[in-house]
This record gives sequence, C-alpha cells and structure tokens, in this order.
Amino acid sequence: MAQIIVFVEHAEGKVRRASLEALGAARAASEEVTAILCGEGAGEVAGKLGTGGAKQAVVLEGAADSPDALAKTIAEVVSERGAKAFLTSATSTGRDIAPRIAAHLDSTIFSECTGFSSAGDSFAIRRPWLAGKLIANLTSKAPVLVATLRRNVFTPFEGKDTAEVVDGPSIGEGKTKLLGIEAVEGGKLDVSEAPIVVSGGRGLKEPGNFELLEKLARAFGNAAVGASRAVVDAGWRPHAEQVGQTGKTVSPQLYVAVGISGAIQHLAGMKTSKVIVAINKDPEAPIFKVADYGIVGDAFEVLPALTEAVARVRAEG
Amino acid sequence: MKIIACIKRVPTTDLEPKIVDGKSLDPTGVAFETSFYDQIAVEAALQVKEQHGGEVTVLTIGPKEAQKELRDALAKGADHAVLLKDDRWMSRDAHSTARTLQQKIQELGADLVLTGRVATDRDNASVGVMLATLLDFACVSDVVELEIDGRGGKARREADSGLESYSFSLPAVITCQKDLNEPRRAGLKGIMAAKKKPLDESDCPESSNQAEVCQLDTPPPRPQGRIVGEGAAAVEALIDALHNEAKVL
Ligand SMILES: Cc1cc2nc3c(=O)[nH]c(=O)nc-3n(C[C@H](O)[C@H](O)[C@H](O)COP(=O)(O)OP(=O)(O)OC[C@H]3O[C@@H](n4cnc5c(N)ncnc54)[C@H](O)[C@@H]3O)c2cc1C
Ligand SMILES: Nc1ncnc2c1ncn2[C@@H]1O[C@H](COP(=O)(O)O)[C@@H](O)[C@H]1O
Repeated sequence: MAQIIVFVEHAEGKVRRASLEALGAARAASEEVTAILCGEGAGEVAGKLGTGGAKQAVVLEGAADSPDALAKTIAEVVSERGAKAFLTSATSTGRDIAPRIAAHLDSTIFSECTGFSSAGDSFAIRRPWLAGKLIANLTSKAPVLVATLRRNVFTPFEGKDTAEVVDGPSIGEGKTKLLGIEAVEGGKLDVSEAPIVVSGGRGLKEPGNFELLEKLARAFGNAAVGASRAVVDAGWRPHAEQVGQTGKTVSPQLYVAVGISGAIQHLAGMKTSKVIVAINKDPEAPIFKVADYGIVGDAFEVLPALTEAVARVRAEG
Repeated sequence: MKIIACIKRVPTTDLEPKIVDGKSLDPTGVAFETSFYDQIAVEAALQVKEQHGGEVTVLTIGPKEAQKELRDALAKGADHAVLLKDDRWMSRDAHSTARTLQQKIQELGADLVLTGRVATDRDNASVGVMLATLLDFACVSDVVELEIDGRGGKARREADSGLESYSFSLPAVITCQKDLNEPRRAGLKGIMAAKKKPLDESDCPESSNQAEVCQLDTPPPRPQGRIVGEGAAAVEALIDALHNEAKVL
C-alpha cells in the first residue's frame, strides 16, 4: 500500500482541525499514513496522532522559521521513504510549503483539492477551477503526488491506536526567516476555518455598523465575521475577512450574508457552504438564488432580532 | 536591479464558463485580461524600480494575443516584454509552467521576480513559489508589504493567524497578495510609448503535463431555497428552519 506523508500543524498541545482533516483524507486512501511535524511540543503531539490515522509520526528537529528550509527537509523525508504522496491542509503554511516540496520532488502540485482518493498506486483528484465555477477531475503522472486539501471538506479519522514516534532530520538554515507574527485580535476565528461565517456588505452602510455583525457572531459563539470586496476596498474591513474570488474561499456549516448583493465573484467564495442564509432588502438580489433561507428586510431591523434569538436558542442548549 | 514580473492572460472573473468535449473550457465568447494579482505584481515591480532603479521585464507564457496584456504593462512603465508563445497555455499544469518560466528567467537573469499569488483560471496558487524553489531563490508568498534594501528585504505575508514578517535575501521571488498595492492605470503617453518598447516573441519550448484532466464538471446547482419571510418578524421562522430543518443551530 502506498505511503502517504501528511504535514501536521499544532499549537499548545492540540492538533489543528485542518490537519486532522488532512490525516483523515490520507487514512481513507491508505493505511500507511505518516505524519510529519515540527516545532515546540511536537514530540508530545506526535504520539497522539494515531487516533487521527497516522501509523508513524516523524518529528523534525529545529525551528520552523524558514519555509524554504522546512520544505527542503520534508522533501528529503518524502524521497527517502519513497512515499507516493505528500498532503497538507491548504492552511497558509501548507499553501506556502507544498509548492516548494513539489518543486524539490520535480512534481506538480494539486491545490485546494476537494476530492482525493487512491486506486492502487495512482490517485484521483477533484479540485475547483475558476474559483469553483468548474470542478476538474484529474489524475497524476507526477513522481510524487503533492496536494493541498481544502478545509472543511474532509472528515477526520477516529481511531484508537497510538502512532510510533520517529526522530526525523533537523531543519537547516534557509533564505527566508520569520521575524515575527502580528496576530489577529485574540480569539478571533479565521473565516476559512470557522464553522459559521456571518458576512456583511455595502448594505451595512458604514463601518461602525459591523458591530451588529460582531454581536451576531458572538451570539453564535463559533462564528467569524466576513466581508464583501466592496467593503474591504472601502477600508471598512481588513482584507483577511474578504470572501470571494479575490479573497478567501469558505465552506462553513452556515454562511449568513447580510447586505451583500451576491455578485458572481462573491458567490465563488461561499457557494459550497452547507447552509446559506441571505438577509437583503432587495427581493431581486442575486444572493437569494443561492440561499437556502432568505429574509427580505432591513439589516438594521433583522440583525438585532436574529442576534437575540440565536443567543436564546444557544442558552436553551 | 533586474526585475521580472510574470503575468498570465486569463478569462475575466465574470465568466460563466461552458464545457466542451467533457474536459475543456469552451473558448467561445470568453474575454481575457491580465490576472488580477498579476496586475499587482506589475505595480510592485514598477514601484521597486522607482525606488531602487533598474529595469522591469514582463514575462508571459501565452498565445499571440497576450501581446495585449504585455503592452498594457509596458504602457504602465515596464521596459521590456517577453512572450513565450503557447496556444495551449491554459492547459499547462503548475510544474510545466514553473519549469518553463525558470528556464527563461535563468536566461534573462533577475534579482527580483514578482508573481501573482494565484492566477484566476486554474487557481494553482503555486507557480511563483515553485519557480523560486526551482531557481533556488528566496521566496515569500502572499505578500501584503514589501521593502527592498540592497541585498535583501523584508516582507509581510497574510497568514491564517495574522501577518507574518520575514526577512529574505536576493535574488528572490515575491508572490503578491491583494493588499500590497493599488495598480496604476496606463496613461495616454504610456500607451503611445509602449508601442515602441521591445516585445520579444518566441515559441515556447514543449513541456509535458503531469496533471491530466479526465473530466470537467460544473458544480451541482444548489437546491432551491425559500424566502422565510420579511423583516424582523421572519426571524422566528428562520431560527426554526436552522434548528429543526437544517440542524446547524
Ligand atoms: C476581478 C474582480 C474580483 C472581485 N472579487 C471579489 C471578491 O473576492 N469578493 C467580493 O465580495 N466581491 C468581489 N468582486 C466585486 C463584486 O463584483 C461586487 O462588486 C461586490 O461583491 C459587491 O459588494 P456588496 O454586495 O457588498 O455591495 P453591493 O453590490 O452594492 O450590494 C449591497 C447590497 O446590500 C443591500 N442593502 C442595502 N441596504 C440594505 C439594508 N439596509 N439592509 C439589507 N440589505 C441592504 C442591497 O440591496 C444590495 O443587494 C470582484 C470584482 C472583480 C471585478
Ligand atoms: N502562463 C504564465 N505566464 C507567466 N506567468 C505565469 C503563468 N502562469 C502563472 N504565472 C505566474 O504565477 C502566478 C501564480 O499562478 P498559479 O500558480 O497558476 O495560480 C501567476 O499569478 C503569475 O504571476
């Protein structure tokens, strides 16, 4: 059976959900799954990865503050072990290192895959093109299949075994060096990772009114605030919150669009959400064509009532 | 400083694509433009030239018609354009594109290469980073702030957890994210001047794809939704639907 190597991210002793999804995708395709990880606390996390589907976990030594050095080390491990595939979740780190690893392996890359399966030694891939307006079904002739997996698509594996922890090589010096991270506001969820996204558009009239959306997000408890390009370009919201073709692609359990018209470039970023709710005062707004549930109305009336109702339902448990 | 901006001719973002033969994009009626992020790459190249001196070359693998996108970059202030002609440029995979760009860039020589974060057709978001590795250049991806000084520079990249700051050495590849700058428009004078600027055209070397398209699909349409009501009064119906029907609350 083909060995698949999966890059695993973790923080404070916990594996990132996105990495568990990637491990799950690998485990569904092969029993020979090897996790590869680095950084502070990697040793402790490694042993626990068996429950996520890894048979082995390779712990790299040294700091992961140079993406080129990290990628080179991972590529060496992949080659040495003769692995047939390398997977990572399409997190910001995954998206940065995977193309480097592919280049070292003289292989192409399949980005943001929404489907991944194996048949013997070959793999079948599904991934969006043109911001999801098309879905491409692909096969690979690359020496090693290198792919990043879209978040919120694959299901984590739930096993009972422990992974065998193996010491890996140490990460060398690179040409780029991380100097620091300016973290987003404490506790704020990233739109591409949050299970619920509440997004606002020009219909909210002015930046201060996003407070209404922040309140709704807090009422849900596990929601991130998103935005249309119009309000990002106007400087009301940071680009990190933009959803759409030139922003982030999200597929949360629930996407709530408030005062967003639903331009094709916005829809491209959120159309694969499980449930879509639209709140817009124009019954003809194109957003209603993709919404499962719509409310025709003024955001300033609907939002406070909705926030209250959500808080009540959540309190009732 | 020798600066190269890589640009790609892609369908406009408002395209509603149609499929032919089950695995190709129907080219009828498709309008093309320079990929959104590549316009940012061109602007970044021009700004670095304005601050540090040097020459900007725009490079593309594309059809003869891509002269239009190259001329647009020349009109904005690039000095030189290179077209590697390939009518099937959109069917190339990330590896074949990056390899071909690498060979040309090695031939041209470069201190700084700017690419888009992603080309908005195949959405690989990989060619710039792969190219850097193949060239053995430093690379920071998804860059929203860039500062070049002598032998290296600093860049901030948009990451999941916030903004990451990196130092890097030159030569380097920088892939440009939306917040990096606001691309200028070409003025009339620039457009006139561009007509006289050098645009080298040659046939693109053959290169095989490792990614093979078996089938293209359009995503399944979303199930028909419904308007649950009007105004604040509709909130209860919405909550009920989310709780009992969709079970997401
Ligand atoms: C190359 C390119 C890339 C792009 N990428 C993106 C992208 O990534 N993401 C993106 O979002 N857009 C993108 N766009 C822009 C897109 O085409 C639209 O312009 C944009 O999405 C519109 O934003 P909006 O819906 O907030 O504003 P509008 O289109 O102005 O819509 C505002 C909506 O609010 C409603 N409204 C007004 N008042 C109220 C009220 N009181 N209560 C309730 N509703 C109200 C109106 O009925 C209207 O439907 C891109 C465009 C291009 C050309
Ligand atoms: N055919 C091409 N010609 C020149 N540059 C390209 C080409 N394809 C991709 N690029 C560059 O690589 C970047 C990322 O492309 P991609 O990885 O395909 O999304 C683009 O934004 C361009 O800067």
